[in-house]
Amino acid sequence: MHDMFRLAEAHRPSCTAVEFPETYRRAYRWMLLARVAEEKIASLFRGGRIIGGVFLGRGQEAISVATGMALRDGDIFAPLIRDQAGRLAFGESLLDFTLTYLGARSGPMRGRDGNVHRGRPKEGLLPMISHLGAMVSVVNGMLMAHRFQKKENTVGAACLGEGATSTGAFHESLNQAAVEKLPLILVITNNQYAYSTPNHRQFACNDLVDKAIGYGVKGHSVDGTDLSACLETIGGAVCAARDGEGPQLIIASNLRLAGHGEHDDAHYISQHFKELQLGRDCLDVAQNHMLAQKWADASMLDIWLRDSQSLVEEAVAHSLREPAPDPAKEDWCALASRHLLEGNPPQPTHLN
Amino acid sequence: MITYLEAIREAQRQALENDPRVYIYGQDVGAFGGAFKATKSLAQSFPGRVLDSPISEDAMVGSAIGAALQGMRPIVEMQFADFSTVGFNQIVNQAATMFWRTGLPCPITVRLPSGGTPGSGPFHSQNLEALYAHYPGLILMTPATVEDAYAMLLEAVAIDDPVIFCEHKYLYYHLKADSLPKEALPAGKARVARAGRDATVVTYSAMVHESLAAADELATEGWEIEVIDLRTIKPLDTDTVLASVARTGRVLAVGEAWPWGGVTAEILARVAAEGFNLLDAPPMRLNSKDTPVPYHPNLWGTHRPTARSIADSLRVLLRS
Ligand SMILES: Cc1ncc(C[n+]2csc(CCOP(=O)(O)OP(=O)(O)O)c2C)c(N)n1
Ligand SMILES: [Mg+2]
Repeated sequence: MHDMFRLAEAHRPSCTAVEFPETYRRAYRWMLLARVAEEKIASLFRGGRIIGGVFLGRGQEAISVATGMALRDGDIFAPLIRDQAGRLAFGESLLDFTLTYLGARSGPMRGRDGNVHRGRPKEGLLPMISHLGAMVSVVNGMLMAHRFQKKENTVGAACLGEGATSTGAFHESLNQAAVEKLPLILVITNNQYAYSTPNHRQFACNDLVDKAIGYGVKGHSVDGTDLSACLETIGGAVCAARDGEGPQLIIASNLRLAGHGEHDDAHYISQHFKELQLGRDCLDVAQNHMLAQKWADASMLDIWLRDSQSLVEEAVAHSLREPAPDPAKEDWCALASRHLLEGNPPQPTHLN
Repeated sequence: MITYLEAIREAQRQALENDPRVYIYGQDVGAFGGAFKATKSLAQSFPGRVLDSPISEDAMVGSAIGAALQGMRPIVEMQFADFSTVGFNQIVNQAATMFWRTGLPCPITVRLPSGGTPGSGPFHSQNLEALYAHYPGLILMTPATVEDAYAMLLEAVAIDDPVIFCEHKYLYYHLKADSLPKEALPAGKARVARAGRDATVVTYSAMVHESLAAADELATEGWEIEVIDLRTIKPLDTDTVLASVARTGRVLAVGEAWPWGGVTAEILARVAAEGFNLLDAPPMRLNSKDTPVPYHPNLWGTHRPTARSIADSLRVLLRS
């Protein structure tokens, strides 16, 4: 069932220059699928069909997809709330997205957690907790485990917004990665706002990339609205990390083209940003680029759009038929060691 | 003779030796051997597996969680239990929720050098077991003996869930045993540390020894006090507590932690709810005072329960 909701085999990049136009087209299609899928969930939200919040990655698909595509089997990915495109590119099934948003028992979180809080840690996809910054050190630990286990050439990527750079967890984890020289790619998408808070109330440095030098890690800046730049910058950073050059901090600039969540009308977003280059919609930019380069024509774009729409419709229809969790059948046990649940008989201890 | 602290070190040595998935991570734990020397010589014996961490409790725990997800069995040493609050978020929101959310176990052990010692003051003396026990998904161990320090730490590493291991600093050097145990009670099983007839003291960690001393004192007055050492706070062995109360009809719960809520309140709530008709007198509890832990020994000695204040409480309980 899952496979039909994957557009193509997960991409397996090599540590060489990004191969255009094939990579670009593939990236665009993930972005488009993410956009279509999120719009669908947003419309279900407006229709009252979604339990809980809805958070969109509109305007962030380019940086997100570039991150997901630069990773390969065995790598670690800790996406955040605006990484639908990256998740798909990393290999998450579209069904995981729809089942979780629709609260189905058969989703990866089984109705125990919702919306963007989903993942399959066994497959390297970490399920974010809400607390911003908290996933980065978890990626570090997975990379430390790889080192212990002599699993070579793997990397881990974590995504955060610029607001999350103000947390202690950001600081501790980036410093930790630097001290341990871990192959961590930390992607900061500076979309100018953290909920309603503008950057001048969030940090006082000129440019977030200046933080890299303070941590002793490599810093990269990229136009988050330009897919080519994102693919090249992230691709390069991932290769550098894979080649043993240690943590890579990427600052991608863009504008959040949605409310913080779908409950938010984002009235506070300044018109000024919308007129800047960073206010562009990365999906439009990519589309225009492909047309200009003749990497795609209007009919191809149309087919891709309709493919995405039908994939999303099918995934949603399937997920809507799936049963909700049943409290009577729920296993109300937070412990893996079932014998340690109170009321269960203790098991004997064996030393050595 | 082996001390409580040495038992903790030996358990870690044993865990490192038995299981290649085990590693130790914490501030100064490497070549230096830890602030209390709980990891002395382990870095030399197990190169690359006893790692100094930066002063980053959040990232220490977060990375341990990640490593555990990838099949490792990390032991994190907090330099003092008090500093674990900086890593609190990772413990209670990431580690504790992981299995329930994802079905993937998160076997980390977080060692908290806990409790008061004279002169340690407000930020090197805390007992945080109730705070962590409040969260679903965590196991809370509070060993009171050398034998348990060893056996329970080994068990903690083997358990598939996050274990908060509250080792008491006051016992580090004070407590000695002839040898390490070959067997032990399992987690979740309390121990009758002293059998008695007239009243039950339910306690754990260093307060077991204060309670035993109080029981000695009351023995000279003709009273036989039963002392229960809980060993694990979560899961809590209510059966052993109730069985004891059924014998004695009187219960005093003693904890070194603060009085609001917490382990002693939990015990009395359970005794009242599940064993009300076993009681011949209103249940009592004794905790530290409801202030930060004071620095000066004169104040500290009064702040926490002691053999004397426990004995005083028992006299009230026995008369009521
Ligand atoms: C530690 C923490 N504090 C507060 C929040 C509530 N919160 C959720 S998202 C958000 C804004 C995040 O902004 P940013 O990091 O810039 O990411 P963006 O939403 O812009 O992608 C806040 C304050 C949280 N999730 N975690
Ligand atoms: Mg932001």
